[in-house]
Amino acid sequence: MTIENGNGRGEVMVTEMTGKLNRWSTGRNRWINALGVASVLAIGLDVYLGLWVTPPDRVQGNLVRLLYIHPALATVALYVAFPLAALCSALWLWRRTRSSFFDRLAASSVEVGIVFIALTIVTGSLWGRPVWGVYWTWDATLTTTALLLLEFLGYVAIRRSTTDPERRARRSAIAALVAFVDVPLIQSTMVWWKTLHQKATVLLGSSTDIHGIMAVTFALSFLAFLLLFLWMLINRYRIEVIKDDMQGRTMEDAINNRIAESKVRIEDLLVKAPVSAGVLSSSTEDTREPNAGVVHTTSSRSASTELSPAVPADTFGSDL
Amino acid sequence: MWRDALLIAGKDIRIEMRSKVVINQMAPFALLVLILFAFALGPDRTPLINATPGLFWVAVLFSTMFAIQRSFSLEASEGLHDSIILAGIDPAGFFIGKLLAIASELGVLEILTAVGIIILYGAHIVSVLVLLSSCVLGTIGLAAAGTMYGALVSGMRLRETLLPLLFLPVASPVLIAGTRSWQSGLVGSHVSAAPWLWILVAFAVLYICVGIVLYGPMEDM
Repeated sequence: MTIENGNGRGEVMVTEMTGKLNRWSTGRNRWINALGVASVLAIGLDVYLGLWVTPPDRVQGNLVRLLYIHPALATVALYVAFPLAALCSALWLWRRTRSSFFDRLAASSVEVGIVFIALTIVTGSLWGRPVWGVYWTWDATLTTTALLLLEFLGYVAIRRSTTDPERRARRSAIAALVAFVDVPLIQSTMVWWKTLHQKATVLLGSSTDIHGIMAVTFALSFLAFLLLFLWMLINRYRIEVIKDDMQGRTMEDAINNRIAESKVRIEDLLVKAPVSAGVLSSSTEDTREPNAGVVHTTSSRSASTELSPAVPADTFGSDL
Repeated sequence: MWRDALLIAGKDIRIEMRSKVVINQMAPFALLVLILFAFALGPDRTPLINATPGLFWVAVLFSTMFAIQRSFSLEASEGLHDSIILAGIDPAGFFIGKLLAIASELGVLEILTAVGIIILYGAHIVSVLVLLSSCVLGTIGLAAAGTMYGALVSGMRLRETLLPLLFLPVASPVLIAGTRSWQSGLVGSHVSAAPWLWILVAFAVLYICVGIVLYGPMEDM
């Protein structure tokens, strides 16, 4: 993405790009389906290797098999989903790149991230019980993760309680950024407070010896969950686009339905009460225009208002 | 920016001096919290004294939420928010003004709560300097983060329930760092206060910077 300064071409390019991405993600798309199939296959292979092929650990026994789920889930949630949401929120707030694309992507990323982080906590607890002796311990990594989950549940709450799209985007973008800047601080506070959790052993140095097939399965799990995340993200984004579209459309449809309904009622009335026909004739001609019910909602609405004294009150429902 | 900040802070503090909400409602609430903690932990002094630093900061945290809600309810009336924008008040100045007003109200509350703790829980002070500096730094940090969230949810129907959900997780470093530094200043535990005071400094600086940068875009709501 290139953004030029000054002449506003940057904004146009962003709009074009996001338009293309919207069409790409919402239409029938075999790449997305392929991504879904690939993630399912990768997870299937991860499960097969993790449960049947890899050997049990010398110390932890079969519990080590959680290694092929838990770190991958945590990594995707903490290092992909939430940073992506923060980045998209910042891009939305920056005027040049402001686009509903970033707002929806941030929201989708947070929601999928919440699923991943909740699973991280569940798998972590299941692992913690036999290894540490407790489901939960007030450890830095656990507490930070739990607080992050709560912060982003707050993000979802603020998003759900605002209906206006512009305000919703602004509020949630700011909420995401304000929460995100806190993460390093929470992390360092918690580390000083108390820590028990295993460090990221494999990343730290070469002294760790990990069995060949175990290393392969471990690496595969990251790829598998990353693919799953991307697939869920695109689908969540797709739902968001469709939902916004539906909201606009259902309003329009409701208005059109009401207009069509009122036209039928008026015709009924005209048949039943020929006396009032003379009074109404000028207005009904308005509503009988071929396109009246489709686009000219304002003119139809004013026509309906003119008609109201002669028509039963329930003819025009509360939607209008 | 500073002129606007002082203007807003002066306005809020003047309203507070006349309405006396902090003194009449929030101070009794903080006292009530202290009494409730004593009920919850039992009449025995030892657990109370051990828990005192944490209880103090939890009471401060709850009071902060009331102070934020109160502060933003001042501008909640129809059109007042627009008038402030039309008056050309700098958003960063508005943010700092609100922060100063909330922080000074909290300061008064903290003094009252600290007196309550000394009397009710029988706490002994080891280092006034540590207690005072952690209070000042923690309060500025809480007020800065609280002002951001107060502005974010102001004008929403569900603001009373949203504010704690958004603000409390973010404020947790202040609770931990404040409690730890108070432990060394009050109980005289072996914990060194310095790293915790640095966390409070980092939190305050971080949220003042975030507020100055993001308050402008937030005012458009």
